[in-house]
Amino acid sequence: MTSTATRPDPTPEAAPDTKTPLALGDRIFRVLAVGSGGLIMVALAGVFIFLAIEGYPGLSVDEDFYRPATSFLGYAGPLLFGTVLAAIIALVIAVPFAIGIALFISHYAPRRLAVPVAYLIDLLAAVPSVVFGLWGGRELAQHIGGISVWLEENLGFIPLFAGPAAKSGNTMLTAAVVLAIMILPITTAICREVFAQTPRLHEEAALALGATRWEMIRTSVFPYARSGMVSAVMLGLGRALGETMAVAMILSASPVVTLNIISGSSPATIASNIASNYKEASPDGQAVLIATGLVLFAFTFGVNFLARYLAGRGERRMAR
Amino acid sequence: MTALDTRPAETRLSKPRLPQWAPLLVVAVAVALGLLAWMVGANIALAVLVAVAAYLVGMPAWSAAVESRRAAVDRLATGLVWSAFLVAMVPLVWLIVTVVKNGASTVDMNFLTFSMRGVIGDEQGGLYHALIGTLLITGLAALISVPVGILAAVYLVEYGAKSRMARVLTFLVDVMTGIPSIVAGLFALSLFVLIFGPAVRLGFGGSVALSLLMIPTVVRSTEEMLRLVPDDLREASYALGVPKWRTILKVVIPTCVGGIVTGVVLAISRVIGETAPLLVVAGFTSSVNMNPFDGRMMTLPVFIYTEYTDSTAKGLSYAWGGALVLIVIVMALNIIARIIGKIFAPKTGR
Repeated sequence: MTSTATRPDPTPEAAPDTKTPLALGDRIFRVLAVGSGGLIMVALAGVFIFLAIEGYPGLSVDEDFYRPATSFLGYAGPLLFGTVLAAIIALVIAVPFAIGIALFISHYAPRRLAVPVAYLIDLLAAVPSVVFGLWGGRELAQHIGGISVWLEENLGFIPLFAGPAAKSGNTMLTAAVVLAIMILPITTAICREVFAQTPRLHEEAALALGATRWEMIRTSVFPYARSGMVSAVMLGLGRALGETMAVAMILSASPVVTLNIISGSSPATIASNIASNYKEASPDGQAVLIATGLVLFAFTFGVNFLARYLAGRGERRMAR
Repeated sequence: MTALDTRPAETRLSKPRLPQWAPLLVVAVAVALGLLAWMVGANIALAVLVAVAAYLVGMPAWSAAVESRRAAVDRLATGLVWSAFLVAMVPLVWLIVTVVKNGASTVDMNFLTFSMRGVIGDEQGGLYHALIGTLLITGLAALISVPVGILAAVYLVEYGAKSRMARVLTFLVDVMTGIPSIVAGLFALSLFVLIFGPAVRLGFGGSVALSLLMIPTVVRSTEEMLRLVPDDLREASYALGVPKWRTILKVVIPTCVGGIVTGVVLAISRVIGETAPLLVVAGFTSSVNMNPFDGRMMTLPVFIYTEYTDSTAKGLSYAWGGALVLIVIVMALNIIARIIGKIFAPKTGR
């Protein structure tokens, strides 16, 4: 459909790579393209710089802004703890499902089912986080509330379920379940990709040696996909760390450090804390919130950086 | 290949295997058990759990008895993989059903064409102002990110090739896809606070924040599409003396325009539901604001959030109504992207 565009130009123009005056359009276009690439880098650096400029005063404002703590560390500590706790619980829930679904799409599902299933999972990623928050806070929370009561009665000896269980279900557990659903698509998508890249010959060799399908997956797919799976998990972690609205709408937060995930008082996450306190914040309060945002950015940047690095290393190893 | 093999064991060349219909039978039994549990009084979730557990225990047990331990493990893995998929479908279906059920009664013409300006108590309000805000802010964000994203992808594929800057850029774009949305919002806010002083709120700030989230998606999808264009086309064009920029504009991009548009539409559908950055920089208001460069601007996701935190019965029903409208928009965009992708799919040999 494009071959018509390749007809020779009547005026003789410069060859693509020579720098004659006639290649002016070429130079402009090149500058535009390089400029766009540069702009992206500048924007990323800008995120760091502007957050640092606006957040720096937040490290040392009046003690009142850090209540109930008295310093920035005391204020940000519980938030960071809550962020990591929610993200890790979400990962624990989501990763087995993600691997299962990815295997389902790449190796188990009949071919005609695999494509629509992959599409449905992607659809899950398209649901806006505010809708997840609404659904989690009003619908899922009631059900989790009932489960929490049961967990407290039967598994109360585990610190996670120490209770007292909040019947409303506006707890860390509900938030983590919703986070798990939200990170499922990205983790699944990447696992699926690496599973599908397993060399066909490895798989067939395993099967020819008499392996069952599961043994084939264990001995040829998983070893091949290990680094990809690690980076998928890390990317999921990055998403879970930064997710804002779902947590802000579900969690009834209080600045405590506790492992207890079914009681009515759990630590907020950095992101949800920013979202829920932004309205009433004074300029100093804003600075404090921006400073916590910088902490969150640095943290997620590190996690994503590591994830991509691991994935890249895995790819190079495969290429050899 | 049948369980009814009655020859003595030593003459068989293969181990006995369960018949092909065995899993179906176990599924039927498991579903029956689940139904039984449901009738006895368990709720639906528990009944489903019973059915899944029954299958996961029953199938490997039967297999272990007839076949071998290895076959039983294989059947267990198959069962786990299938149930992982089935369980993952639950929240998607549940969420969509809930939103439609709760939102359908709220959404009508008045809801879509009224704003919340001066609405007190039980008066009829709506999300017109939020709809306008969302369209303007997302439109502006697309206006910024589409050219930048596509040009950056062109740089990566056509100019950068294997240069150091291209590799760094690819890596940074990857990392950028993981920026938390609220951080993007804080970035835009910091930027505009530095320019206009504190307490600034404007719709354009929201566009800047959304662009930051949208650009990496556009770059990645465009890059992928550009790489699919066969080098033969480029070389044929060069051989005819066409300069590089015209080759890109007239040959390379038209070849994969469908894929690029699909990627852009999907990117828009991702950012149109973003709440946190808009909450922070665009603020909220109850009246229509047509000027994204001045004053607070309501958007659909923020509308849902504010109505939700209002936590009155009316606020909640408005939140569900807003959620329904938002989901319909997002799903429509997704379907449009699919259709565009189908129509313009490159006609390669396959």
